[in-house]
Amino acid sequence: MKHFKNMAFCALLLLACDASAIEYNQVALNQSAVTFGFRQMGVPMDGKFGKFAAQVAFDPDKLASAQARIDVTLASVDSGSSEADQSVQGKLWFDTRSYPLASFVSTSVRPLGGNRYQVTGKLTIKGKTLDVTSPVSLTVKGNSAQFDGSFNIKRLSYGVGIGEWTDLDTVADDIQIRFHLVVLASPSSNQPKRKTP
Amino acid sequence: MIKRYTGIAIALHWLIAMLIFSAFPLGLYMHDLKLSPTKLHLYSYHKWIGITVLGFALLRVIWRITHKPPPLHLARWQEIGSHIVHGLLYLMIIAVPISGWLMSSAKGVKTVWLGILPLPDLVAKNKELGDLLSLVHTALNYTMLLLVVMHIAAALKHHFVDRDDVLLRMLPMNKG
Repeated sequence: MKHFKNMAFCALLLLACDASAIEYNQVALNQSAVTFGFRQMGVPMDGKFGKFAAQVAFDPDKLASAQARIDVTLASVDSGSSEADQSVQGKLWFDTRSYPLASFVSTSVRPLGGNRYQVTGKLTIKGKTLDVTSPVSLTVKGNSAQFDGSFNIKRLSYGVGIGEWTDLDTVADDIQIRFHLVVLASPSSNQPKRKTP
Repeated sequence: MIKRYTGIAIALHWLIAMLIFSAFPLGLYMHDLKLSPTKLHLYSYHKWIGITVLGFALLRVIWRITHKPPPLHLARWQEIGSHIVHGLLYLMIIAVPISGWLMSSAKGVKTVWLGILPLPDLVAKNKELGDLLSLVHTALNYTMLLLVVMHIAAALKHHFVDRDDVLLRMLPMNKG
């Protein structure tokens, strides 16, 4: 009898765990950011993208089905000056007329221990798709999860900054991409469905 | 026998003069270039020269405070006039580089002297402030240009019209 009680308690606990499994899937774009860093003449510079779309489905207990997609509108680039922004949209850099978006689509998420994960996916810029991997840290605050991560890409491997800009003394090849996504838990995912009367 | 400035004072004077005579036209030229690697290189060189001027200028002020210049034998009004112009020139060789440094900070481009030594950003990135400081930098430069023209004209007038030692005492020569 005592044994049975214990079992029942465990079962209840499991149920409780299951009920608390939360999927974060509502990206709060106004609290999120996609920024980048690079070196120009040896000087560290920062920039950001004003416009992007993101879809995330992340349940810490179901990493196999975790997904993320970010589409960055390249014409929304803010690289410090309007002159640079104009230039960087041109054919030698992003060529935004032909390739308006840069897209990241995740292919796998694996745990790194604690609140850290490793996200692998395909990054497409200027029509070229390459695999990238980024460490991501997760911070849960109330009903929302913050995903922060950064990874480096080589701009020339995407053909970004060609022609006279191929000279890496001026603008270095390494570009650091940083993202900060605030994702809310879906309001319905952790509540049992109710029958409508 | 001409009483000259000290060797250090003479060296600093001509070094700063040479640097200003490169940075000023460079600044005018680079500003209107289309964005290119060349333009970014020239901007960096301009900033490096400017910070170098600032360093030499500070040394020079210290040197001037601790070393009395050779005496002048000029009319009172000329002495007052030269003190005013010299004082303003000292101010400019400090204020012009600092205004450029501030402008760089406000425009969000850190100043890294010779691409090696990062200088602190004196103000946060702010577009309006950057545009304002750009105007300040330009205005200070034209003020400096005017002072330099007066300075050179006076030196030449002393040398060729008055035929006195005013210019000679700042010339680097071994025998006097």
